[in-house]
Amino acid sequence: MRLDDEERDILAGKSGPVRQQALQHQIAVGDFFGAEDFVAVTQAHIMADTESLGEAGVRWLEGLAAADENLRRVRVPTITDPRGTDFAKADVLGHTRSMLDLERRAISAFVKLGVSMTDTCINYQTIQAPTRNEHVAFGDTGVVIYSNSVCGARSNFEGGPSALAAGLTGRTPRYGFHLPQQRRPSMHIRVEFTPASLNDWGALGGVIGRIAGNYWEVPVIEGIEGAPRSDQLKHFGAAMASFGSIAMFHIAGLTPEADELSDAAHAPLPSHRVTRADIDALQQSYRSDDRVDVVVFSAPQLSLYELRDLAGLCAGLRFKVPLLAVTSPQVKPDCDRMGYTARIENAGGTVLSGMCFYQSYAREIAEARGWKRLATNSAKLVNILGGYGYQPMLASMEACVDAAVTGKLS
Amino acid sequence: MSAAAKIFHARQAMGRVVRGPALVAKDGFSARYDLDRIAGIFSRPTHKLAGRSYVGKILVLDTAKGGVATAWMLHEMKSRGIVPLALVFNSVNPIIAQGAALGDVPILAGFDQDITSAVPDGAEVEVDPKAGVLTIVD
Repeated sequence: MRLDDEERDILAGKSGPVRQQALQHQIAVGDFFGAEDFVAVTQAHIMADTESLGEAGVRWLEGLAAADENLRRVRVPTITDPRGTDFAKADVLGHTRSMLDLERRAISAFVKLGVSMTDTCINYQTIQAPTRNEHVAFGDTGVVIYSNSVCGARSNFEGGPSALAAGLTGRTPRYGFHLPQQRRPSMHIRVEFTPASLNDWGALGGVIGRIAGNYWEVPVIEGIEGAPRSDQLKHFGAAMASFGSIAMFHIAGLTPEADELSDAAHAPLPSHRVTRADIDALQQSYRSDDRVDVVVFSAPQLSLYELRDLAGLCAGLRFKVPLLAVTSPQVKPDCDRMGYTARIENAGGTVLSGMCFYQSYAREIAEARGWKRLATNSAKLVNILGGYGYQPMLASMEACVDAAVTGKLS
Repeated sequence: MSAAAKIFHARQAMGRVVRGPALVAKDGFSARYDLDRIAGIFSRPTHKLAGRSYVGKILVLDTAKGGVATAWMLHEMKSRGIVPLALVFNSVNPIIAQGAALGDVPILAGFDQDITSAVPDGAEVEVDPKAGVLTIVD
Protein backbone atom coordinates (compact mmCIF):
# COMPACT_ATOMS: atom_id res chain seq x y z
CA MET A 1 0.00 0.00 0.00
CA ARG A 2 1.04 3.60 -0.67
CA LEU A 3 1.55 5.39 2.67
CA ASP A 4 1.59 9.12 3.38
CA ASP A 5 4.04 10.77 5.79
CA GLU A 6 1.72 10.42 8.77
CA GLU A 7 1.13 6.73 8.06
CA ARG A 8 4.88 6.13 7.72
CA ASP A 9 5.37 7.82 11.13
CA ILE A 10 2.66 5.66 12.71
CA LEU A 11 4.24 2.55 11.19
CA ALA A 12 7.62 3.62 12.57
CA GLY A 13 6.11 3.77 16.06
CA LYS A 14 6.15 7.56 16.45
CA SER A 15 2.52 7.52 17.63
CA GLY A 16 3.15 4.67 20.05
CA PRO A 17 2.83 0.89 19.88
CA VAL A 18 -0.98 0.74 19.91
CA ARG A 19 -1.44 2.78 16.72
CA GLN A 20 1.59 1.08 15.17
CA GLN A 21 0.01 -2.33 15.74
CA ALA A 22 -3.34 -1.05 14.45
CA LEU A 23 -1.79 0.21 11.22
CA GLN A 24 0.17 -3.02 10.72
CA HIS A 25 -3.10 -4.94 10.97
CA GLN A 26 -4.75 -2.58 8.49
CA ILE A 27 -1.89 -2.92 6.02
CA ALA A 28 -2.09 -6.73 6.19
CA VAL A 29 -5.81 -6.58 5.38
CA GLY A 30 -5.34 -3.82 2.78
CA ASP A 31 -2.59 -5.77 0.99
CA PHE A 32 -4.78 -8.88 0.97
CA PHE A 33 -7.54 -6.99 -0.86
CA GLY A 34 -5.20 -4.98 -3.09
CA ALA A 35 -5.94 -1.59 -1.49
CA GLU A 36 -3.76 1.15 -3.01
CA ASP A 37 -3.94 3.51 -0.04
CA PHE A 38 -5.92 4.54 3.04
CA VAL A 39 -9.05 6.67 3.25
CA ALA A 40 -9.89 8.87 6.25
CA VAL A 41 -12.95 7.78 8.25
CA THR A 42 -15.19 9.90 10.46
CA GLN A 43 -16.72 7.20 12.69
CA ALA A 44 -15.98 3.65 13.77
CA HIS A 45 -18.33 1.03 15.27
CA ILE A 46 -16.97 -2.02 17.07
CA MET A 47 -18.59 -5.45 17.33
CA ALA A 48 -16.92 -7.08 20.32
CA ASP A 49 -19.28 -9.13 22.46
CA THR A 50 -17.43 -11.21 25.04
CA GLU A 51 -18.66 -14.52 23.61
CA SER A 52 -16.69 -13.67 20.47
CA LEU A 53 -13.74 -12.12 22.29
CA GLY A 54 -13.29 -14.89 24.85
CA GLU A 55 -10.55 -14.63 27.44
CA ALA A 56 -7.98 -14.30 24.63
CA GLY A 57 -9.70 -11.31 23.04
CA VAL A 58 -10.24 -9.53 26.36
CA ARG A 59 -6.56 -10.02 27.27
CA TRP A 60 -5.59 -8.64 23.88
CA LEU A 61 -7.72 -5.53 24.53
CA GLU A 62 -6.29 -5.18 28.03
CA GLY A 63 -2.82 -5.26 26.51
CA LEU A 64 -3.70 -2.30 24.30
CA ALA A 65 -5.39 -0.50 27.20
CA ALA A 66 -2.22 -0.79 29.31
CA ALA A 67 -0.35 1.59 26.97
CA ASP A 68 0.38 5.21 27.85
CA GLU A 69 -2.86 7.18 28.15
CA ASN A 70 -1.87 9.67 25.46
CA LEU A 71 -0.99 6.95 22.99
CA ARG A 72 -3.93 4.59 23.28
CA ARG A 73 -7.06 6.66 22.64
CA VAL A 74 -9.16 6.54 19.47
CA ARG A 75 -8.90 9.53 17.11
CA VAL A 76 -12.44 9.56 15.70
CA PRO A 77 -15.78 8.88 17.42
CA THR A 78 -15.76 5.13 18.03
CA ILE A 79 -18.85 3.40 19.38
CA THR A 80 -19.86 -0.15 20.28
CA ASP A 81 -22.26 -2.79 19.02
CA PRO A 82 -24.37 -4.69 21.61
CA ARG A 83 -22.54 -6.15 24.61
CA GLY A 84 -22.79 -9.72 25.88
CA THR A 85 -25.33 -9.07 28.62
CA ASP A 86 -27.75 -6.65 30.25
CA PHE A 87 -26.29 -6.43 33.75
CA ALA A 88 -29.69 -5.47 35.20
CA LYS A 89 -31.37 -8.63 33.82
CA ALA A 90 -28.49 -11.14 33.69
CA ASP A 91 -30.40 -13.60 35.89
CA VAL A 92 -33.22 -13.83 33.32
CA LEU A 93 -30.63 -15.07 30.81
CA GLY A 94 -28.84 -17.41 33.20
CA HIS A 95 -25.58 -15.51 32.71
CA THR A 96 -22.87 -16.58 35.15
CA ARG A 97 -20.55 -14.51 37.28
CA SER A 98 -17.59 -15.40 35.03
CA MET A 99 -19.44 -14.13 31.95
CA LEU A 100 -20.24 -10.86 33.71
CA ASP A 101 -16.66 -10.49 35.00
CA LEU A 102 -15.30 -10.94 31.47
CA GLU A 103 -17.82 -8.38 30.23
CA ARG A 104 -16.73 -5.84 32.85
CA ARG A 105 -13.08 -6.32 31.91
CA ALA A 106 -13.84 -5.77 28.22
CA ILE A 107 -15.81 -2.61 28.95
CA SER A 108 -13.02 -1.28 31.17
CA ALA A 109 -10.45 -1.82 28.41
CA PHE A 110 -12.63 -0.14 25.78
CA VAL A 111 -13.23 2.88 28.00
CA LYS A 112 -9.46 3.24 28.50
CA LEU A 113 -9.08 3.22 24.72
CA GLY A 114 -11.52 6.14 24.50
CA VAL A 115 -14.35 4.08 23.01
CA SER A 116 -17.93 5.27 23.71
CA MET A 117 -20.03 2.37 25.01
CA THR A 118 -23.22 2.91 23.01
CA ASP A 119 -23.93 -0.85 22.82
CA THR A 120 -26.20 -0.61 19.82
CA CYS A 121 -26.66 -2.19 16.39
CA ILE A 122 -29.14 0.50 15.33
CA ASN A 123 -26.78 3.48 15.60
CA TYR A 124 -28.17 4.75 12.27
CA GLN A 125 -31.52 5.17 14.06
CA THR A 126 -30.23 6.30 17.46
CA ILE A 127 -26.72 7.81 17.50
CA GLN A 128 -25.91 9.46 14.18
CA ALA A 129 -26.78 8.17 10.73
CA PRO A 130 -23.86 8.54 8.31
CA THR A 131 -24.39 10.80 5.32
CA ARG A 132 -23.96 10.17 1.62
CA ASN A 133 -20.33 9.53 0.63
CA GLU A 134 -19.19 9.62 4.26
CA HIS A 135 -16.41 7.04 4.71
CA VAL A 136 -16.88 5.08 7.93
CA ALA A 137 -15.57 1.87 9.53
CA PHE A 138 -18.66 0.10 10.83
CA GLY A 139 -18.94 -3.33 12.37
CA ASP A 140 -22.21 -5.29 12.47
CA THR A 141 -23.32 -6.38 9.02
CA GLY A 142 -26.80 -4.90 9.52
CA VAL A 143 -25.30 -1.49 10.24
CA VAL A 144 -23.01 -1.66 7.22
CA ILE A 145 -25.66 -2.71 4.70
CA TYR A 146 -28.09 -0.03 5.95
CA SER A 147 -25.38 2.65 5.92
CA ASN A 148 -24.17 1.78 2.41
CA SER A 149 -27.58 1.21 0.86
CA VAL A 150 -30.04 3.55 2.58
CA CYS A 151 -27.66 6.33 3.71
CA GLY A 152 -25.24 6.21 0.78
CA ALA A 153 -22.26 6.10 3.17
CA ARG A 154 -19.18 3.99 2.45
CA SER A 155 -18.11 1.10 4.62
CA ASN A 156 -16.85 -2.44 4.40
CA PHE A 157 -17.72 -5.02 7.04
CA GLU A 158 -15.17 -4.05 9.67
CA GLY A 159 -14.78 -6.76 12.27
CA GLY A 160 -13.97 -5.71 15.82
CA PRO A 161 -10.16 -5.65 15.50
CA SER A 162 -10.33 -3.69 12.24
CA ALA A 163 -12.97 -1.22 13.44
CA LEU A 164 -10.89 -0.54 16.55
CA ALA A 165 -7.81 -0.09 14.35
CA ALA A 166 -9.74 2.41 12.23
CA GLY A 167 -10.77 4.32 15.36
CA LEU A 168 -7.16 4.41 16.54
CA THR A 169 -5.65 5.51 13.21
CA GLY A 170 -8.61 7.52 11.85
CA ARG A 171 -8.42 5.70 8.52
CA THR A 172 -9.12 2.39 6.81
CA PRO A 173 -7.71 0.62 3.74
CA ARG A 174 -9.43 1.84 0.57
CA TYR A 175 -10.93 -1.30 -0.96
CA GLY A 176 -14.37 -2.83 -1.46
CA PHE A 177 -17.30 -0.49 -0.79
CA HIS A 178 -15.06 2.58 -0.40
CA LEU A 179 -14.55 2.37 -4.19
CA PRO A 180 -17.29 3.58 -6.59
CA GLN A 181 -16.91 0.58 -8.90
CA GLN A 182 -17.72 -1.91 -6.12
CA ARG A 183 -21.00 -0.08 -5.43
CA ARG A 184 -22.46 -0.70 -8.87
CA PRO A 185 -25.13 -3.40 -9.19
CA SER A 186 -24.07 -6.89 -10.19
CA MET A 187 -27.54 -8.47 -10.48
CA HIS A 188 -31.18 -7.56 -11.00
CA ILE A 189 -33.81 -8.82 -8.58
CA ARG A 190 -37.40 -8.39 -9.74
CA VAL A 191 -39.75 -8.51 -6.75
CA GLU A 192 -43.40 -9.15 -7.55
CA PHE A 193 -44.87 -7.86 -4.31
CA THR A 194 -44.04 -5.40 -1.52
CA PRO A 195 -43.98 -6.86 1.99
CA ALA A 196 -45.69 -5.14 4.92
CA SER A 197 -44.70 -7.00 8.11
CA LEU A 198 -41.16 -6.96 9.47
CA ASN A 199 -40.86 -10.76 9.23
CA ASP A 200 -41.88 -10.63 5.55
CA TRP A 201 -39.33 -7.88 4.88
CA GLY A 202 -36.71 -9.96 6.67
CA ALA A 203 -37.67 -13.09 4.74
CA LEU A 204 -37.42 -11.15 1.46
CA GLY A 205 -33.95 -9.97 2.49
CA GLY A 206 -33.04 -13.56 3.32
CA VAL A 207 -34.22 -14.87 -0.05
CA ILE A 208 -32.26 -12.18 -1.90
CA GLY A 209 -29.21 -12.77 0.31
CA ARG A 210 -29.24 -16.47 -0.57
CA ILE A 211 -29.54 -15.67 -4.29
CA ALA A 212 -26.76 -13.07 -4.23
CA GLY A 213 -24.59 -15.34 -2.13
CA ASN A 214 -21.39 -13.44 -1.40
CA TYR A 215 -19.98 -10.14 -0.20
CA TRP A 216 -19.02 -8.76 -3.60
CA GLU A 217 -22.51 -9.01 -5.13
CA VAL A 218 -24.69 -5.88 -5.18
CA PRO A 219 -28.33 -6.60 -6.02
CA VAL A 220 -30.52 -3.88 -7.50
CA ILE A 221 -34.11 -4.57 -6.54
CA GLU A 222 -37.01 -3.50 -8.71
CA GLY A 223 -40.73 -3.66 -8.01
CA ILE A 224 -40.85 -2.30 -4.46
CA GLU A 225 -43.85 0.00 -4.17
CA GLY A 226 -44.23 2.99 -1.88
CA ALA A 227 -41.64 4.14 0.66
CA PRO A 228 -40.54 1.47 3.12
CA ARG A 229 -39.96 2.64 6.69
CA SER A 230 -36.61 2.55 8.42
CA ASP A 231 -37.57 -0.50 10.52
CA GLN A 232 -38.65 -2.39 7.42
CA LEU A 233 -35.38 -1.68 5.62
CA LYS A 234 -33.54 -2.50 8.85
CA HIS A 235 -34.95 -6.05 8.90
CA PHE A 236 -34.60 -6.37 5.11
CA GLY A 237 -30.93 -5.38 5.09
CA ALA A 238 -29.97 -7.25 8.26
CA ALA A 239 -31.41 -10.49 6.86
CA MET A 240 -29.79 -10.00 3.44
CA ALA A 241 -26.43 -9.42 5.12
CA SER A 242 -26.92 -12.41 7.38
CA PHE A 243 -28.08 -14.92 4.75
CA GLY A 244 -25.72 -13.77 2.02
CA SER A 245 -22.92 -11.70 3.57
CA ILE A 246 -24.23 -8.86 1.38
CA ALA A 247 -23.01 -5.32 2.22
CA MET A 248 -25.03 -3.21 -0.21
CA PHE A 249 -28.23 -3.20 -2.24
CA HIS A 250 -30.04 -0.66 -4.36
CA ILE A 251 -33.80 -0.28 -4.57
CA ALA A 252 -34.85 1.31 -7.85
CA GLY A 253 -36.48 4.69 -7.32
CA LEU A 254 -35.70 4.73 -3.64
CA THR A 255 -32.12 4.40 -2.37
CA PRO A 256 -29.78 7.33 -3.04
CA GLU A 257 -27.37 5.75 -5.49
CA ALA A 258 -30.13 3.99 -7.43
CA ASP A 259 -30.70 7.26 -9.32
CA GLU A 260 -27.34 6.83 -11.00
CA LEU A 261 -28.26 3.42 -12.32
CA SER A 262 -30.38 4.22 -15.35
CA ASP A 263 -27.69 2.80 -17.62
CA ALA A 264 -27.19 -0.16 -15.32
CA ALA A 265 -30.89 -0.96 -15.51
CA HIS A 266 -30.35 -2.00 -19.11
CA ALA A 267 -27.02 -3.69 -18.59
CA PRO A 268 -26.91 -7.43 -19.27
CA LEU A 269 -26.74 -8.45 -15.63
CA PRO A 270 -27.95 -11.76 -14.21
CA SER A 271 -31.63 -11.44 -13.39
CA HIS A 272 -33.81 -13.20 -10.81
CA ARG A 273 -37.49 -13.10 -9.96
CA VAL A 274 -38.70 -13.32 -6.34
CA THR A 275 -42.32 -14.11 -5.57
CA ARG A 276 -44.52 -14.22 -2.50
CA ALA A 277 -44.18 -18.03 -2.58
CA ASP A 278 -40.39 -17.73 -2.18
CA ILE A 279 -40.62 -15.79 1.07
CA ASP A 280 -43.42 -18.01 2.38
CA ALA A 281 -41.25 -21.05 1.63
CA LEU A 282 -38.31 -19.56 3.53
CA GLN A 283 -40.49 -18.93 6.58
CA GLN A 284 -42.17 -22.32 6.36
CA SER A 285 -38.80 -24.07 6.22
CA TYR A 286 -38.20 -23.03 9.84
CA ARG A 287 -41.56 -24.32 11.15
CA SER A 288 -40.22 -27.41 12.89
CA ASP A 289 -42.74 -27.57 15.74
CA ASP A 290 -45.89 -25.83 16.92
CA ARG A 291 -44.75 -25.57 20.54
CA VAL A 292 -42.60 -22.67 21.72
CA ASP A 293 -40.22 -22.41 24.71
CA VAL A 294 -39.37 -18.72 24.35
CA VAL A 295 -40.29 -15.72 22.21
CA VAL A 296 -37.48 -13.29 21.30
CA PHE A 297 -37.63 -9.92 19.57
CA SER A 298 -34.05 -8.95 18.76
CA ALA A 299 -31.52 -8.76 15.92
CA PRO A 300 -31.57 -5.93 15.17
CA GLN A 301 -32.39 -4.18 18.44
CA LEU A 302 -35.93 -2.80 18.46
CA SER A 303 -36.70 0.83 17.69
CA LEU A 304 -39.09 2.84 19.82
CA TYR A 305 -41.78 2.27 17.19
CA GLU A 306 -41.36 -1.51 17.26
CA LEU A 307 -41.59 -1.43 21.06
CA ARG A 308 -44.68 0.74 20.81
CA ASP A 309 -46.31 -1.83 18.53
CA LEU A 310 -45.25 -4.68 20.80
CA ALA A 311 -46.54 -2.92 23.91
CA GLY A 312 -49.88 -2.37 22.17
CA LEU A 313 -50.17 -6.11 21.51
CA CYS A 314 -49.23 -7.03 25.10
CA ALA A 315 -51.90 -4.97 26.89
CA GLY A 316 -54.03 -7.15 29.14
CA LEU A 317 -52.23 -10.40 28.25
CA ARG A 318 -50.56 -12.96 30.51
CA PHE A 319 -47.65 -14.92 29.00
CA LYS A 320 -47.21 -18.65 29.53
CA VAL A 321 -43.69 -18.71 28.07
CA PRO A 322 -40.94 -16.08 28.44
CA LEU A 323 -40.97 -13.19 25.97
CA LEU A 324 -37.83 -11.10 25.56
CA ALA A 325 -37.64 -7.77 23.73
CA VAL A 326 -34.16 -6.35 23.20
CA THR A 327 -33.37 -2.71 22.51
CA SER A 328 -30.54 -0.19 22.74
CA PRO A 329 -29.55 1.86 25.81
CA GLN A 330 -30.64 4.96 23.87
CA VAL A 331 -34.19 3.68 23.23
CA LYS A 332 -34.75 1.94 26.59
CA PRO A 333 -35.26 5.12 28.70
CA ASP A 334 -37.91 6.35 26.24
CA CYS A 335 -39.50 2.89 26.24
CA ASP A 336 -39.70 3.20 30.04
CA ARG A 337 -41.01 6.79 29.97
CA MET A 338 -43.72 6.04 27.41
CA GLY A 339 -44.98 3.14 29.52
CA TYR A 340 -44.13 0.51 26.88
CA THR A 341 -41.77 -1.38 29.19
CA ALA A 342 -44.44 -1.61 31.88
CA ARG A 343 -47.03 -2.92 29.42
CA ILE A 344 -44.66 -5.62 28.09
CA GLU A 345 -43.40 -6.61 31.55
CA ASN A 346 -46.87 -6.59 33.18
CA ALA A 347 -47.79 -9.33 30.72
CA GLY A 348 -44.78 -11.32 31.87
CA GLY A 349 -42.27 -10.21 29.24
CA THR A 350 -38.81 -8.72 29.77
CA VAL A 351 -37.32 -5.69 28.04
CA LEU A 352 -33.53 -5.97 27.76
CA SER A 353 -31.08 -3.24 26.85
CA GLY A 354 -27.59 -2.93 25.37
CA MET A 355 -27.27 -6.55 24.24
CA CYS A 356 -28.54 -8.68 21.38
CA PHE A 357 -29.83 -12.21 21.84
CA TYR A 358 -27.36 -14.01 19.58
CA GLN A 359 -24.40 -11.97 20.85
CA SER A 360 -25.10 -12.89 24.46
CA TYR A 361 -24.03 -16.53 24.90
CA ALA A 362 -27.09 -17.96 23.10
CA ARG A 363 -25.89 -21.56 23.54
CA GLU A 364 -25.34 -21.14 27.28
CA ILE A 365 -28.72 -19.40 27.65
CA ALA A 366 -30.39 -22.38 25.96
CA GLU A 367 -28.70 -24.79 28.36
CA ALA A 368 -29.31 -22.69 31.47
CA ARG A 369 -32.97 -22.00 30.76
CA GLY A 370 -33.98 -25.12 28.81
CA TRP A 371 -34.97 -23.06 25.75
CA LYS A 372 -34.87 -24.75 22.36
CA ARG A 373 -37.98 -23.89 20.33
CA LEU A 374 -37.73 -20.15 19.78
CA ALA A 375 -40.23 -17.91 17.97
CA THR A 376 -39.16 -14.54 16.57
CA ASN A 377 -40.09 -12.07 13.86
CA SER A 378 -36.40 -11.63 12.94
CA ALA A 379 -35.22 -13.49 9.84
CA LYS A 380 -31.65 -12.67 10.82
CA LEU A 381 -32.12 -14.37 14.18
CA VAL A 382 -33.53 -17.61 12.74
CA ASN A 383 -30.61 -17.77 10.33
CA ILE A 384 -28.07 -17.49 13.15
CA LEU A 385 -29.56 -19.60 15.92
CA GLY A 386 -29.63 -23.00 14.22
CA GLY A 387 -25.90 -23.37 14.84
CA TYR A 388 -26.48 -22.59 18.52
CA GLY A 389 -28.72 -25.62 19.02
CA TYR A 390 -32.09 -23.85 18.77
CA GLN A 391 -35.12 -24.67 16.63
CA PRO A 392 -35.83 -21.08 15.58
CA MET A 393 -39.17 -20.26 13.97
CA LEU A 394 -40.06 -17.14 12.01
CA ALA A 395 -43.50 -15.53 12.36
CA SER A 396 -45.16 -12.15 12.61
CA MET A 397 -44.91 -10.06 15.78
CA GLU A 398 -48.62 -10.76 16.38
CA ALA A 399 -48.21 -14.54 16.01
CA CYS A 400 -45.15 -14.48 18.30
CA VAL A 401 -47.08 -12.63 21.01
CA ASP A 402 -49.93 -15.15 20.68
CA ALA A 403 -47.36 -17.92 21.06
CA ALA A 404 -46.15 -16.34 24.29
CA VAL A 405 -49.72 -16.55 25.62
CA THR A 406 -50.60 -20.07 24.45
CA GLY A 407 -47.18 -21.73 24.17
CA LYS A 408 -48.06 -22.63 20.59
CA LEU A 409 -47.25 -20.97 17.27
CA SER A 410 -50.33 -21.02 15.09
CA MET B 1 -3.03 -36.64 -12.23
CA SER B 2 -0.54 -34.28 -13.81
CA ALA B 3 1.64 -32.05 -11.65
CA ALA B 4 -0.10 -28.99 -13.08
CA ALA B 5 -3.47 -30.25 -11.90
CA LYS B 6 -2.19 -30.42 -8.34
CA ILE B 7 -1.15 -26.77 -8.05
CA PHE B 8 -3.67 -23.94 -7.71
CA HIS B 9 -2.86 -20.22 -7.70
CA ALA B 10 -4.73 -17.82 -5.41
CA ARG B 11 -5.16 -14.13 -6.09
CA GLN B 12 -5.38 -13.26 -2.37
CA ALA B 13 -3.09 -14.68 0.30
CA MET B 14 -1.84 -14.04 3.82
CA GLY B 15 0.17 -15.88 6.45
CA ARG B 16 2.57 -18.81 7.02
CA VAL B 17 3.23 -21.99 5.05
CA VAL B 18 1.29 -24.96 6.50
CA ARG B 19 0.58 -28.55 5.45
CA GLY B 20 -2.28 -30.80 6.54
CA PRO B 21 -5.46 -32.66 5.62
CA ALA B 22 -8.12 -30.81 3.63
CA LEU B 23 -11.73 -30.66 4.84
CA VAL B 24 -13.72 -29.80 1.72
CA ALA B 25 -17.30 -28.79 0.97
CA LYS B 26 -19.12 -26.47 -1.42
CA ASP B 27 -20.68 -24.50 1.39
CA GLY B 28 -20.14 -21.26 3.29
CA PHE B 29 -18.32 -20.40 6.49
CA SER B 30 -19.09 -18.33 9.54
CA ALA B 31 -17.48 -19.09 12.90
CA ARG B 32 -20.56 -17.89 14.77
CA TYR B 33 -23.26 -19.42 12.60
CA ASP B 34 -21.72 -22.75 11.69
CA LEU B 35 -19.44 -23.97 14.48
CA ASP B 36 -19.56 -25.45 17.93
CA ARG B 37 -16.30 -23.76 18.90
CA ILE B 38 -15.99 -25.69 22.18
CA ALA B 39 -16.34 -29.14 20.60
CA GLY B 40 -14.46 -28.07 17.47
CA ILE B 41 -17.09 -29.29 15.00
CA PHE B 42 -19.45 -27.84 12.42
CA SER B 43 -22.77 -27.64 14.27
CA ARG B 44 -25.26 -25.93 11.99
CA PRO B 45 -27.56 -28.83 11.01
CA THR B 46 -27.87 -27.73 7.38
CA HIS B 47 -24.11 -27.28 6.82
CA LYS B 48 -22.56 -29.89 4.53
CA LEU B 49 -19.84 -30.53 7.13
CA ALA B 50 -22.28 -30.82 10.09
CA GLY B 51 -20.81 -33.04 12.81
CA ARG B 52 -17.26 -33.03 11.38
CA SER B 53 -14.22 -31.72 13.23
CA TYR B 54 -12.38 -28.74 11.77
CA VAL B 55 -9.49 -28.82 14.26
CA GLY B 56 -6.11 -28.92 12.51
CA LYS B 57 -7.79 -29.15 9.10
CA ILE B 58 -7.22 -26.98 6.07
CA LEU B 59 -10.76 -25.83 5.36
CA VAL B 60 -11.57 -25.67 1.64
CA LEU B 61 -14.94 -23.94 1.24
CA ASP B 62 -16.86 -21.78 -1.17
CA THR B 63 -17.31 -18.42 0.51
CA ALA B 64 -17.56 -16.44 3.74
CA LYS B 65 -21.04 -16.05 5.17
CA GLY B 66 -22.71 -14.23 7.96
CA GLY B 67 -21.58 -11.82 10.57
CA VAL B 68 -18.54 -10.04 11.84
CA ALA B 69 -17.82 -12.24 14.87
CA THR B 70 -15.37 -14.42 12.93
CA ALA B 71 -12.94 -11.49 13.11
CA TRP B 72 -12.51 -12.18 16.85
CA MET B 73 -13.39 -15.85 16.94
CA LEU B 74 -10.41 -17.16 14.95
CA HIS B 75 -8.11 -15.47 17.49
CA GLU B 76 -10.08 -16.93 20.39
CA MET B 77 -10.15 -20.40 18.80
CA LYS B 78 -6.40 -20.21 18.16
CA SER B 79 -5.76 -19.43 21.85
CA ARG B 80 -7.38 -22.77 22.79
CA GLY B 81 -5.90 -24.76 19.90
CA ILE B 82 -9.42 -25.55 18.56
CA VAL B 83 -8.85 -23.89 15.20
CA PRO B 84 -8.52 -24.77 11.51
CA LEU B 85 -4.92 -25.00 10.30
CA ALA B 86 -5.68 -22.76 7.30
CA LEU B 87 -8.57 -21.33 5.27
CA VAL B 88 -8.94 -21.79 1.50
CA PHE B 89 -11.98 -20.17 -0.12
CA ASN B 90 -13.27 -19.44 -3.59
CA SER B 91 -14.14 -15.97 -2.29
CA VAL B 92 -13.93 -14.22 1.05
CA ASN B 93 -15.39 -11.20 2.75
CA PRO B 94 -13.31 -8.70 4.73
CA ILE B 95 -14.22 -10.31 8.05
CA ILE B 96 -12.45 -13.58 7.30
CA ALA B 97 -9.31 -11.74 6.19
CA GLN B 98 -9.39 -9.48 9.27
CA GLY B 99 -9.87 -12.49 11.52
CA ALA B 100 -7.09 -14.41 9.82
CA ALA B 101 -4.78 -11.42 10.31
CA LEU B 102 -5.53 -11.16 14.04
CA GLY B 103 -5.60 -14.92 14.62
CA ASP B 104 -2.52 -15.73 12.51
CA VAL B 105 -4.45 -18.30 10.43
CA PRO B 106 -3.03 -18.70 6.89
CA ILE B 107 -5.55 -17.93 4.15
CA LEU B 108 -5.84 -18.24 0.37
CA ALA B 109 -8.73 -17.02 -1.78
CA GLY B 110 -9.67 -16.36 -5.39
CA PHE B 111 -8.92 -19.19 -7.81
CA ASP B 112 -9.52 -19.63 -11.54
CA GLN B 113 -11.62 -22.72 -10.87
CA ASP B 114 -13.95 -23.94 -8.14
CA ILE B 115 -11.41 -24.94 -5.51
CA THR B 116 -13.98 -27.06 -3.63
CA SER B 117 -14.31 -29.28 -6.73
CA ALA B 118 -10.59 -29.35 -7.41
CA VAL B 119 -9.42 -30.59 -4.01
CA PRO B 120 -10.61 -34.02 -2.80
CA ASP B 121 -11.92 -34.18 0.76
CA GLY B 122 -9.20 -35.60 3.01
CA ALA B 123 -6.33 -34.87 0.60
CA GLU B 124 -3.00 -33.80 2.10
CA VAL B 125 -2.40 -30.21 0.93
CA GLU B 126 0.16 -27.46 1.40
CA VAL B 127 -0.83 -23.82 1.69
CA ASP B 128 1.92 -21.36 0.72
CA PRO B 129 0.62 -17.81 1.04
CA LYS B 130 3.98 -16.25 0.12
CA ALA B 131 3.80 -17.92 -3.28
CA GLY B 132 -0.01 -17.71 -3.33
CA VAL B 133 -0.24 -21.43 -4.03
CA LEU B 134 -2.23 -24.44 -2.86
CA THR B 135 -0.62 -27.81 -3.65
CA ILE B 136 -2.11 -31.29 -3.35
CA VAL B 137 0.86 -33.31 -2.07
CA ASP B 138 -0.48 -36.86 -2.04
